[in-house]
Amino acid sequence: MLDYGFGNVRSAVRALERVGAQVVLTADPEVAAAADGLVVPGVGAFAAVMQGLAQVRGGQIIGRRLAGGRPVLGICVGMQVMFEAGDEHGVRTDGLGEWPGLVDRLEADVVPHMGWATVEPPADSVLFAGVADERFYFVHSYAARTFPPLGDALFTPPRVTWADHGGRFVAAVENGPLAATQFHPEKSGDAGSALLANWVRSLT
Amino acid sequence: MAVALRVIPCLDVEAGRVVKGVNFENLRDAGDPVELARRYDAEGADEITFLDVSASSGDRETTYDVVRRTAEEIFVPLTVGGGVRTTQDVDRLLRAGADKVGVNTAAIARPELIAEIAQRFGSQVLVLSVDARRVTGDTRTESGFEVTTHGGRRGTGIDAVEWAERGARLGVGEILLNSMDADGTTSGFDLEMLRAVRARVHVPLIASGGAGTADHFVEAAHAGADAVLAASVFHFRTLTIGQVKDRLRSAGVVVR
Repeated sequence: MLDYGFGNVRSAVRALERVGAQVVLTADPEVAAAADGLVVPGVGAFAAVMQGLAQVRGGQIIGRRLAGGRPVLGICVGMQVMFEAGDEHGVRTDGLGEWPGLVDRLEADVVPHMGWATVEPPADSVLFAGVADERFYFVHSYAARTFPPLGDALFTPPRVTWADHGGRFVAAVENGPLAATQFHPEKSGDAGSALLANWVRSLT
Repeated sequence: MAVALRVIPCLDVEAGRVVKGVNFENLRDAGDPVELARRYDAEGADEITFLDVSASSGDRETTYDVVRRTAEEIFVPLTVGGGVRTTQDVDRLLRAGADKVGVNTAAIARPELIAEIAQRFGSQVLVLSVDARRVTGDTRTESGFEVTTHGGRRGTGIDAVEWAERGARLGVGEILLNSMDADGTTSGFDLEMLRAVRARVHVPLIASGGAGTADHFVEAAHAGADAVLAASVFHFRTLTIGQVKDRLRSAGVVVR
């Protein structure tokens, strides 16, 4: 799990351990490169997460792994920064740009979107196998509300899972080695546990 | 809307122990907040709230340890409130494993605290706890509801609806609206107060104070609550989380 001095990662560590993973909290590029999977957690503001990542050269660590086809899982803002940019309070911040598209504010009667919500995963989803009908815990005011096609017919298109809060938004993406969830699987009870187990199983 | 109404049990914790009686069967230690949190998690609680009622800072130190141990055991969100005065307090609680932190009195004394916390940690970690009561006569505020401190014993003269609205503007991610009149009565939530705040506030709203029957939870949902919090009714096993959810579900309220 990438450690860039941010927020509450304890429960994410514990949740992964519960499904049988051995977890190391690290910012060491060698350790992060050697792991079977790398988790990128993230809470708070998009810009602050990007700043934190920059301090440990997280973008390079993530980029190097993905270039080598090595699995990475982004959680919450750890997912949002995989997009091209985030727009918070009218301030645009560059993301890691692994995916095209913008993360911006949800337009709903009640924001933040906080609580347990259903999702619509595609039938061939690996992450949601066995838990497609469960609810997951979301807490966010921003989201990617479009996912433009990554226009190269030679590659398998990303599997995009949608959810709805005042309009649809991206709840999860499975794109080759890069997977991410807008919700918090580590806070989503048994359903979240099953999803993390699906990811851990896919690593070997 | 796809998001489910959250049902949240609240545990009062002092010096690392649960205060106010708890009546679970087969508990090894009915005063252990960690074990109780685990029970509620297993019963289907959507979130757990700890309210630290410790008077001394030494007792409050033990809260960090309780939070740490709880976060290792439960996999639903954990909110901790009580005695939070500075961004450092918030930082310590989050690092110990809290997902959200409640502020109350310190924000009344210094509202900028809300913006400071929201800017540093994000709105999603911050719950504004509003202890409000009805007020009439000379001291009546505009909405007829007033913010109190000291467990409802002291009025502030601040209008509760305006304060909730201001809190949302300053950056809180959620409002916990606790009726000091209804608290402990088991005669139902203060629905009028709930509706008054709902009409003006667009962050999630947690109803608290007065739950006695499963129908009370349905009423709060219909009055616009996004979540319902209760203590005694769960601790004394008058109702289980499951019974409350069954009733909500049959009334057409979406639950997990």
